[in-house]
Amino acid sequence: MIKVQNLAKLFGTKRAVDDVSFSVNRGEVLGFLGPNGAGKSTTMRVITGFLPPSAGSVTVGGFDVVEHAIQARRLIGYLPENAPAYTDMTVLGFLNFAAEIRGLRGEARKQAVGRAVEMCFLESVLHQSVETLSKGYRHRTCFAQSIIHDPDVLVLDEPTDGLDPNQKHEVRQLIRRMGEKKAIIFSTHILEEVDAACTRAIIIDRGKIVANGTPQELRQKSEWAGAVTLRVRNVAAGTVSTRLYQVPQVKRVTVVEDKDGHVTVRAFPRSGANGALVAAVGEAAREWQIEQLQAEEGRLDEVFRSITMPDTAKEAA
Amino acid sequence: MNAWHNVWTITKRELGAYFTAPLAYVFIVIFLLLCGFFTFFVGGFFERQEASLVRPFFDWHPWFYLFLVPAVGMRLWAEERRVGTIELLLTMPITAWQAIVGKFLASWLFLALALALTFPVVLTVNYLGDPDNGVILTAYIGSWLMAGAYLAISCITSALTRSQVVSFIISLVVCLFLILAGFPPVINVLEQVAPRLVDLVTSFSVMTHFEGFQKGVLDSRDLLFFLSVIGFSLFTTSVILRTHRAG
Ligand SMILES: Nc1ncnc2c1ncn2[C@@H]1O[C@H](COP(=O)(O)OP(=O)(O)OP(=O)(O)O)[C@@H](O)[C@H]1O
Ligand SMILES: [Mg+2]
Repeated sequence: MIKVQNLAKLFGTKRAVDDVSFSVNRGEVLGFLGPNGAGKSTTMRVITGFLPPSAGSVTVGGFDVVEHAIQARRLIGYLPENAPAYTDMTVLGFLNFAAEIRGLRGEARKQAVGRAVEMCFLESVLHQSVETLSKGYRHRTCFAQSIIHDPDVLVLDEPTDGLDPNQKHEVRQLIRRMGEKKAIIFSTHILEEVDAACTRAIIIDRGKIVANGTPQELRQKSEWAGAVTLRVRNVAAGTVSTRLYQVPQVKRVTVVEDKDGHVTVRAFPRSGANGALVAAVGEAAREWQIEQLQAEEGRLDEVFRSITMPDTAKEAA
Repeated sequence: MNAWHNVWTITKRELGAYFTAPLAYVFIVIFLLLCGFFTFFVGGFFERQEASLVRPFFDWHPWFYLFLVPAVGMRLWAEERRVGTIELLLTMPITAWQAIVGKFLASWLFLALALALTFPVVLTVNYLGDPDNGVILTAYIGSWLMAGAYLAISCITSALTRSQVVSFIISLVVCLFLILAGFPPVINVLEQVAPRLVDLVTSFSVMTHFEGFQKGVLDSRDLLFFLSVIGFSLFTTSVILRTHRAG
């Protein structure tokens, strides 16, 4: 549904987005990750037709967003960053306006507004002015606006920003559910959301795509993928790490904690040794009193850090 | 007529926005007070022994509008940019033109309402004498067109900035220029300094073109002048909005 090809966007001489290509099909939820200023919002603004691309092209449902802007926009629901909404209107008035400008009239409009209100839990503030809404409710109002015409494509810029934990959960569920029938792209700084809602994720840094894959694939890029955490009692930390270094599959050992005779160490596998490490470490630690022996999954936050800040990620691990 | 439906949707929203804020009521009240005060006291309505509205009432309109129209138009785009709703508006399935025309129309209708509410003045003059109501109607039309020209200029300045105050000041200055270009004292000076420029300069003035309407003459050139100021200004607005986004 969304096809981005060699997209570049320049502000003056600054390349906010630099040669980005990806596509999102129906049934996919694409998570858009990246540090502040990476170019996520800019990319979304080009997809929704707010900003014209400097180079490259974007099509939505086969329509070029510049050449056939109106047809492309009909297919899109858009939640801009910071969820702007007309402060001089009531929530109901705003949603009615959004529905009407999407070409919904009469009974169809009523139904569309009712459905969006229900999905975003807005009944209690329907007649309140947008100006006096709390941030979370304003966010939900703008979100309701984006789904009011049941679009095929949803572009959501930080949809869970400012929501309480319950609402965050609801919105993730909603995105996941809607994602079965739509093409959704959403940006976030909350990495759990990638697991909770995405079928695929892209990490973008300084305008370029630096990783693209399923959450599982991204996790595999982590140093942590296949690492083993071992906790033993009454053994010196030095002894433990010396012994573990002798295990052929182990690449590196770090001491996590050494306190009151309890030692926790983490062994990282050499590449290609995934899976086999738990058994090997267990074998090496046979004679000690093992309190914990655990294989780690890859951690997205660590992948994120190592990709977007390669210099400092090592120290943090 | 999908296009007009879109324009009308925008217009309705904007009109609604005027009346949820106190500014609209304040504007109308000030306008009516000014009209009443200047017509009956400053304009010497009662001293003139003629039942005519034209001089004492309509003569002041270019000056009232100088302050009031920029105040009406300043929020059109500046507010939209400040709050960020422009990103919603311009990603809806409508063209930028439809949005621009819709917003302009809303403000223009609002000014029409303010103008229409001056009807007691017309009633008074009809009660006191026997004026030529045709002339009054023509002058009203001219006044509304002039307000539209000011308003279109305010659209430009509003699109130029996020700040309503800045927008107000710039459009006031531009509109002042359009008045002064046809203001008798200025023309007198100009006649002495550069007599050959007089015709050119005055042809840009709203005063010159409003004059005809006040006499009850519907000259197509005057009509064309106001309509082209409006058209050109709205076009400029669209160019400005586009360049903002081009980055
Ligand atoms: N209108 C603009 N004019 C100039 N530079 C801009 C403009 N909009 C964005 N930029 C620059 O483009 C870069 C990308 O910005 P963008 O808003 O896309 O980042 P982001 O990934 O959404 O960041 P965040 O996580 O903070 O929302 C930034 O360096 C920003 O300063
Ligand atoms: Mg952003």
